[in-house]
Amino acid sequence: MPRLHVLVWLGIVCLPLGAAQATAADLPPLRYGADAEGGAPYIFLDPANPSRTQGFEVDLAAALATELGREINFSQKNYENLVLYLERGEVDFVMNGLEVTADRVERLRMSRPYYVYTLQLVGRAGETRFVTLDQLQTLGLTVGTLNETAASRLLKQRGISVAEYDSQAEPYLDLALGRVDAVLLDLPIAEYYARPNPRLQFLGEPLAPGHYALAFRKSDEALAAQFDAALLKLAQRGELERIYRKWNIWNDDQLQLADPNLQPLVAGASSQAMTFTRYLPLLLDGAQMTILLSVCSMALAVLIGLVVAVMRLYGPLPLKFLAVTYVEFFRGIPVLLLLYVLYFGISPIIFRLLGVSLGEWERILVGIVAFGLNYAAYEAEIYRAGISSIPQGQWEAAASLGMNKATTFRRIILPQTWRVVLPPMTNDFVALFKDTSIVSVIAVVELTKQYQMLAKSSMKYVEIGLATAVLYLLMSVPLGYLSRWLEKRLGKE
Amino acid sequence: MNAVTLHHVTKRYGARTILDDVSLAIPAGQTVALIGPSGGGKSTLLRCINGLTTFDAGGIHVGQHLLMPRTSRETASAVRRMFGMIFQDFQLFPHLTALENVMEAPLQVLKQPRAAAREEAQRLLARVGLAERADHYPRQLSGGQKQRVAIARALAMKPQGLLCDEITSALDPELKCEVLDTLQELRSDGLTLIVVTHEMGFARRAADQVAVLADGRVIEYGSPDKVLENPQVERTQKFLRQVLA
Repeated sequence: MPRLHVLVWLGIVCLPLGAAQATAADLPPLRYGADAEGGAPYIFLDPANPSRTQGFEVDLAAALATELGREINFSQKNYENLVLYLERGEVDFVMNGLEVTADRVERLRMSRPYYVYTLQLVGRAGETRFVTLDQLQTLGLTVGTLNETAASRLLKQRGISVAEYDSQAEPYLDLALGRVDAVLLDLPIAEYYARPNPRLQFLGEPLAPGHYALAFRKSDEALAAQFDAALLKLAQRGELERIYRKWNIWNDDQLQLADPNLQPLVAGASSQAMTFTRYLPLLLDGAQMTILLSVCSMALAVLIGLVVAVMRLYGPLPLKFLAVTYVEFFRGIPVLLLLYVLYFGISPIIFRLLGVSLGEWERILVGIVAFGLNYAAYEAEIYRAGISSIPQGQWEAAASLGMNKATTFRRIILPQTWRVVLPPMTNDFVALFKDTSIVSVIAVVELTKQYQMLAKSSMKYVEIGLATAVLYLLMSVPLGYLSRWLEKRLGKE
Repeated sequence: MNAVTLHHVTKRYGARTILDDVSLAIPAGQTVALIGPSGGGKSTLLRCINGLTTFDAGGIHVGQHLLMPRTSRETASAVRRMFGMIFQDFQLFPHLTALENVMEAPLQVLKQPRAAAREEAQRLLARVGLAERADHYPRQLSGGQKQRVAIARALAMKPQGLLCDEITSALDPELKCEVLDTLQELRSDGLTLIVVTHEMGFARRAADQVAVLADGRVIEYGSPDKVLENPQVERTQKFLRQVLA
């Protein structure tokens, strides 16, 4: 549930959580993996002191450390790949709102539940059209949620149109902006992000309860058993209640956590074995989106880049200055930042003024514009160099034949420039195919995102990874051939 | 009638004076060879005549048009339509075939229909002896062939004359002949040719008038017999001794 809030990447932050007592002093500290990037209220950076993490899971880790008499250190890991880091042995367990699912039970050693989550539907303040999922489905409205969560699975099962996000703040932002009609997410998230927002309101009762549990490697049965016992003791002693009350996520559902015979609620039927024929169509959908984004962005970049290059080379001084500023600005800022500013800052204003709504196409459009603007800065520099490399004599020869500047540029200079700039342009185009994966932050699912989602749910990281790589190559290799063929056709000197 | 008349043309680059009060009349239909030591202003003079280079004082009549230090774009382009220019380094358009090189300006500037432009281009290429090379790209042609395509390209605009800037300097001796022969044929067609050259043989054989430029001035002007065989100015004598030695 990472991202936003803190655009600074954390690296790996290790904080000693519990004062380990002497008994286990010989044992090395345990490492647990979680993503603190925008992960409130689970684990997130203290706004007052961003070098510190906080959250109810941070408190729980501290309590467990005390209970077990063993130091437990937090290790920052990307949410998408938490399970991978666990399997690779980089962390000893994962605690980050992982739901107990059939797939996880099959593959990992899931602990006793430490929290009973429910899903909470949230709408805009004053929403009167619906309070239930059934009504949403009948009305054909779109619901935002996090990808690969119990909520997203539930929505898909009900056949409700879903916008899947990478992190938990954005769905509520888009809800307030009117881009989705409702958000369905785990209650703790709704409590933290939606409850304090006067523009949003809770709709109906919490639904579809499930369990969060710690994930261990299957081979670490003994360690997992220690944690099971410790969790039960914390629940029975009221320690869990104390922590959850502090974070305002305590409710009567949690009483069952003190029951020694509590059976975990397994969410989601085991994803039917994710076979090639099942995931390929999804990957192809992703590839289609990647192609759409890349081709449109590149077309935009070529257009803007050419204009900027011509302004810089031949424009009067103010235009030259403008062109230089454009290049420096858009080359200098990260696309991620541009995406956020465009999507959450500028685009809502523009669409409100225009009085139109594009639905999910707004996200795609914003992605295309962001990459178009960014890559135009690179293209502009390539074209400037390419145009300058055409000998002055070509201009003179054309002038002596009576051609004016515009005709000369269009008919003589530009065709020769294409030949020069094709190889660097091809480079950029191929890079763009891969760079576009960043648009997943505004809930556009392209090939890389689709891969992450499929791999995470099926755990077939290598197999689906290879299929994804083949798809990327199928896109980029022909491009290289096309470029070389064009280069030849345009007459290599 | 004069095709080109220069009136007190002066051109400076910073402190250096490239053309120093040059006045010269070039009669229509004649071939004038511009000779003289390197850096004497020959190429600059040529470039001033079709407006590729501006000058600081004086004026140049080309037909009924007058080029001035601040000439409008329209005048420059009208002048360029009257005189084609051939460059030492050809400057063919590398992305176009020989035929397309010749067709380009008639299509873009004269807006000729494609079929007509193609027919005319084929005729011109045949005239310079390159009918067989029409579909070759410049990189597939020898230097002499390239220069003949360049001549055909200039002729496609139906100019009254050609400005030739050391057009054989980049060529091997055996290739020079084919280009110079082509020029001589054009001369007999009544075109005005202004030729910057180091080929004294060509100047003697083909030029009606020879002008000697040194240090930005025309120091001697007259028929080849007079200027080349019996130069009056000491500077000319010295120059001729050097090139003929």
